[in-house]
Amino acid sequence: MRRSIARLATVLLALAFAGSVGASNTGMPNSPPALKAGTFDPPRPAPELDLLGSNGGELKMSNYRGKVVLLAFGFTSCTAVCPTTLNTFAVARRKLAAAAAGVQVVYITVDPQRDNSARLKKYLGAFDPTFVGGTGTEQQLAAARKNYGVSATKQVVGDSYTYDHSSFTYLIDRSGRIRALMPYGHSPDDYVHDLTVLLKE
Amino acid sequence: MIRARSLTLSMLVAAVVVALAVVGFTPIQSASRDKIFAIPKGTWARRMSGNKVEILPDHIRLTLGIQDILVLHNQDNVPQIFGPTLMMPGQSFRLPFERAAEYTFACTAHASGQMTIVVEPNPNTLWARIRWRVIDLLSTLG
Repeated sequence: MRRSIARLATVLLALAFAGSVGASNTGMPNSPPALKAGTFDPPRPAPELDLLGSNGGELKMSNYRGKVVLLAFGFTSCTAVCPTTLNTFAVARRKLAAAAAGVQVVYITVDPQRDNSARLKKYLGAFDPTFVGGTGTEQQLAAARKNYGVSATKQVVGDSYTYDHSSFTYLIDRSGRIRALMPYGHSPDDYVHDLTVLLKE
Repeated sequence: MIRARSLTLSMLVAAVVVALAVVGFTPIQSASRDKIFAIPKGTWARRMSGNKVEILPDHIRLTLGIQDILVLHNQDNVPQIFGPTLMMPGQSFRLPFERAAEYTFACTAHASGQMTIVVEPNPNTLWARIRWRVIDLLSTLG
């Protein structure tokens, strides 16, 4: 009995000690993150795109040098992720007011079979007429996904199909570097925060 | 003899009470809020030679205010899909969490195809701190 209580006391004291020093042994600095999104260090140049834009012209990342770009991948028939993400972008741009002129949303389809440039333009225009879509051949889009580490898997559903695809958004700075990755589900305010930081650079 | 025994027992019980109070009331501190995972150099080569290399666990536990930043390092000399992102050689990725929730990311490095990060609320009550410390100790001991 006494031994059990002594052991319990020892374990509890060990716990107190572990909690005060053992939560981490990384030795890394405890600085607060500057962005709400996950940041890359060092940032790498955003790979160039060779796609057809929803505005009818070529879609290239270099077209938007000098702007902060929100880059997302999806498809217009998506009912789960894409409408939420695009609406979040639209709300964030409205909250930024005049500063939104320095922000460009680029949305690349993973579904070239259905998403031609006209369909992309109509779909994106419902969220914000400044949004630009990108489409191309299967090979062009596969190359873009590979360069950006994006996954998209076709799933047959009855006589139709859908896609499981990466749901994150890249934040690309005015110099064309991939600075951060925002996971799905963040609020417009989180985007406003990070875009404001990047726009001020 | 009996009095000595009961005195010893009382002292042990008191020690348990004091220890519980220390465990429950002492704020949990952390030297860093980063939870770090790294792909060591040579991982790609080992995978190519048929070795199964697991670096990121399927489930990662984080706690707001204590350890709530996921840090990934690619120390290998080829690009790697690591967790939710593609990382270049020598690149790091630092992802902070501000809300307690369960986050699921697609991750091709896992057999299940996904990685789950459970972010727990800050343990700011006596029992929450005791529970947190017990789980932390158990996970440290493996």
